[in-house]
Amino acid sequence: MYIIDRRLNPGGKSLANRQRFLRRAKAQIQRAVRQTAGDRDITDLERGGEVSIPADGVREPGFRRSGEGGVHDHILPGNKRFVEGDTVDRPPGGGGSAAGGDNGEGEDDFRFVLTRDEFLDLFLDDLELPDLAKRRVATVETQGLRRAGYTVTGSPVNLALLRSMRNALSRRIAMRRPKTEDLIRLREEIAHLEEQEGPSDRLTALQLELEQLQQRTKRFPYIDPIDLRYRRFEPVSRPVAQAVMFCLMDVSGSMTEHMKDLAKRFYMLLYIFLTRRYKHVEIVFIRHTHEAKEVDEETFFNSPETGGTVVSSALREMQRIVEERYSPDAWNIYAAQASDGDNSPNDGTTSAALLRDEILPVCQYYAYLEVGSDSDRMQTGFINHKTSLWQTYESLQEQGANLAMRKVNHRREIYPVFRELFRRRDAEAGARVP
Amino acid sequence: MSVIEHEGLLYQGADWDFGTIQRIHDAVEAIGVGELGLDVYPNQIEVITAEQMLDAYASIGMPLFYKHWSFGKRFALHESSYRQGLMGLAYEIVINSNPCISYIMEENSATMQTLVIAHAAFGHNHFFKNNYLFKEWTDADGILDYLEFAKGYITRCEERYGHAAVERVLDAAHALMSHGVHRYPRKKRPDLRSEERREQERHRHQEQTFNDLWRTVPTKGAAAKPQLSEERRRALLELPQENILYFLEKSAPRLQPWQREILRIVRQIAQYFYPQRQTKVMNEGCATYCHYRIMTRLHDRGQISDGAFLEFLQSHTNVTRQPEFDDPHYSGINPYALGFGMMQDIERICTQPTAEDRGWFPDIAGSGDTMAVLRDVWANYRDESFISQFLSPHLIRQWRMFHLVDDPDQPELLIEAIHDERGYRRLRRSLSRHYDVGWSDPDIQVIDVDLAGDRRLILHHHVLNRTLLHKDDAQRVLQMVANLWGYAVVLKEVEPATGAIFQEHVAHPHETLF
Repeated sequence: MYIIDRRLNPGGKSLANRQRFLRRAKAQIQRAVRQTAGDRDITDLERGGEVSIPADGVREPGFRRSGEGGVHDHILPGNKRFVEGDTVDRPPGGGGSAAGGDNGEGEDDFRFVLTRDEFLDLFLDDLELPDLAKRRVATVETQGLRRAGYTVTGSPVNLALLRSMRNALSRRIAMRRPKTEDLIRLREEIAHLEEQEGPSDRLTALQLELEQLQQRTKRFPYIDPIDLRYRRFEPVSRPVAQAVMFCLMDVSGSMTEHMKDLAKRFYMLLYIFLTRRYKHVEIVFIRHTHEAKEVDEETFFNSPETGGTVVSSALREMQRIVEERYSPDAWNIYAAQASDGDNSPNDGTTSAALLRDEILPVCQYYAYLEVGSDSDRMQTGFINHKTSLWQTYESLQEQGANLAMRKVNHRREIYPVFRELFRRRDAEAGARVP
Repeated sequence: MSVIEHEGLLYQGADWDFGTIQRIHDAVEAIGVGELGLDVYPNQIEVITAEQMLDAYASIGMPLFYKHWSFGKRFALHESSYRQGLMGLAYEIVINSNPCISYIMEENSATMQTLVIAHAAFGHNHFFKNNYLFKEWTDADGILDYLEFAKGYITRCEERYGHAAVERVLDAAHALMSHGVHRYPRKKRPDLRSEERREQERHRHQEQTFNDLWRTVPTKGAAAKPQLSEERRRALLELPQENILYFLEKSAPRLQPWQREILRIVRQIAQYFYPQRQTKVMNEGCATYCHYRIMTRLHDRGQISDGAFLEFLQSHTNVTRQPEFDDPHYSGINPYALGFGMMQDIERICTQPTAEDRGWFPDIAGSGDTMAVLRDVWANYRDESFISQFLSPHLIRQWRMFHLVDDPDQPELLIEAIHDERGYRRLRRSLSRHYDVGWSDPDIQVIDVDLAGDRRLILHHHVLNRTLLHKDDAQRVLQMVANLWGYAVVLKEVEPATGAIFQEHVAHPHETLF
């Protein structure tokens, strides 16, 4: 008999099968992920988690008899009162009695747990994130070295002299290696005795002692390879810096759920991008009607408001928060503004001035996302209908302001917009990166 | 060590180490082989974690298997119900191979390990080695090598032809898996070790030989060949053929050699598992009976403590529980319970027969040597024949079995038979038929190919008890058959007695698939 311990064998043997399964059920899972993502908080997005898909899509068919029609018979245990020839009412629900003809292939929803990466991949895939960009996002992280104690091997450059000498010293003491001055003193005394008295017992003893000490000196070198210590360094990843993301949204009555959903998706993408680039990301939600307020995420996306629209109020609020909490020296500031484009007629100039003079200079990026309803997609291409906010920002852009603008009507258009943002960033890499 | 020897106990408490396992195995072996006369393959016991057990579960319990999404699905299913606590894991998985591999989970207590070793490493092991179906159909020496080959072959196919193409063939093959077995013995025993070599040879052979189907490919200018006689043609194609996978592998005109090989691999594996499907009750009954005898004996000999014995009894009773039909937990007849019940009943008949037993089982009643009888039973029966031979009136009464017939033409369900004098034989016959795979799987055969016309493949389903096939599934599977065959396929559901056709399914191949 052999006993074999397989516990240390690499686990996850079914990983490949799992990937095949995910690929197989991709369409359904994607739908589930999309649904789940809608219900989730932005910061929760990366968590992964359970999704459920209809079992039908991943059923494995086979030639089997149907449960209905035809004569079925059952042998059952536990008869208490029946005698041969009795008849019994059919249990409700047709079919046979307890023993169904089904092969245990349930028609229930099929629930399973996605890992963080799987979830994210599917979420981003939904937005058609090309591989190239994904790789770029994933690798932005600097590596540094950090002192991490001493090691017994290393290159001469890293030799820790002090530590090595200290080791040598302790070793010499521990091994009782004769000190040089002792040897000198002994030699002097021997020389002295030889001069003075000639051969004597004491001289012989001293000479013997000297000989022993010299041998000992040879046996225990002053410095030995085992004394050597090298400085050790270990790689650490350093956060590039910290970032803050401002989410500005017009929540006046004209913003529909669809528009908010579009905005939320854009913010989610931005958040994922930032968290992969920076160790530390904060989010500030500012919503505005004719006046602006900093709120939490729940309120931001979910509570409807009515009232006029004054964009500059949100910009002013953002400016205030930046001054109070996020010094541009220490923070990378990103802002994304989502709006349906309406603004009160006399606010255009104010907003433009605020943006140009105050906001844009401190921002790494400022993205303006104009969200439209699904139905007015046709307009965008042919009829060049420009909202008042769009016109305002367009004029800013013409003056060379660092501003990304996009109009989005449908979920699938979000990613291209997002990518545009980062392509621009790449082109002038270094120029504004701290 | 010395303390344990003094008390005679194999272990104390729940903890175990490899020394304990070795001692347990030796003690179990002494009883299993020495006293019960079991005949087993050498054992190989592998300790694995719960996660690895889930892995093994997902791929039909085999240690190495090719990759397929359905195993991932199975894993996800098990994993989620395991994590939610809905399902306990099996304590063991045992593989019909030589040496016989048993997996045991590290989380098990020492008592559970003893139980598992007695159950799997001796009970199942003996059954695998001695039952005639396993001897006839499986090759314990070659299976692991063959799986290794299958896994490698399919991986290479994926690299060469792409995941999607391989997956389509595998999906289709899996759907036909239960129609991919030979039910009757062939001339020689399978030797899986040489399968890989034979694959190469087959490849060469097929390139060189002439496929009869190609006669029908229209060629320019060639004179029309005289038609083969109907009978000769069907004989060449080995028709009718119930092994659909075999037929497609050999005769589908448009399959690539690698696609044929994949069909063959799935077919070989289906064939390997075929005896297990036919001997579920006996196999589990044998293992359960063995572990019960061995554990009891260990306790008698003072090798396991009273506490350990109680722990064993608790899991034993859990496993062999049979809820009654009106119990909310009822989900069919528990093969462990039925198998164990029948083995114990045979023991009773051998040692303490009643007059009734003497009448029903004159050969074994009062023979006294239970193990000799059981060893013979384990070697020479399958579930169907076992039940039709050995289900006793005593056990039928004990279980209070009855036979319920559901005829859709009748307004109510009928109690056809109960546990009385008139019912015993009828109950026994019906129950045994439930375990006849040939009876419970729909009987579908390849009947003919329209060679002269559009090469349409004709399948018949011989309808039993007017129960038709599940329509959606039948259509899906038929679609897969059509894709493999490369031309249209028609499946007729036929009443065997009258030849009346209840239903016809037709599928046309997706030209783009292969």
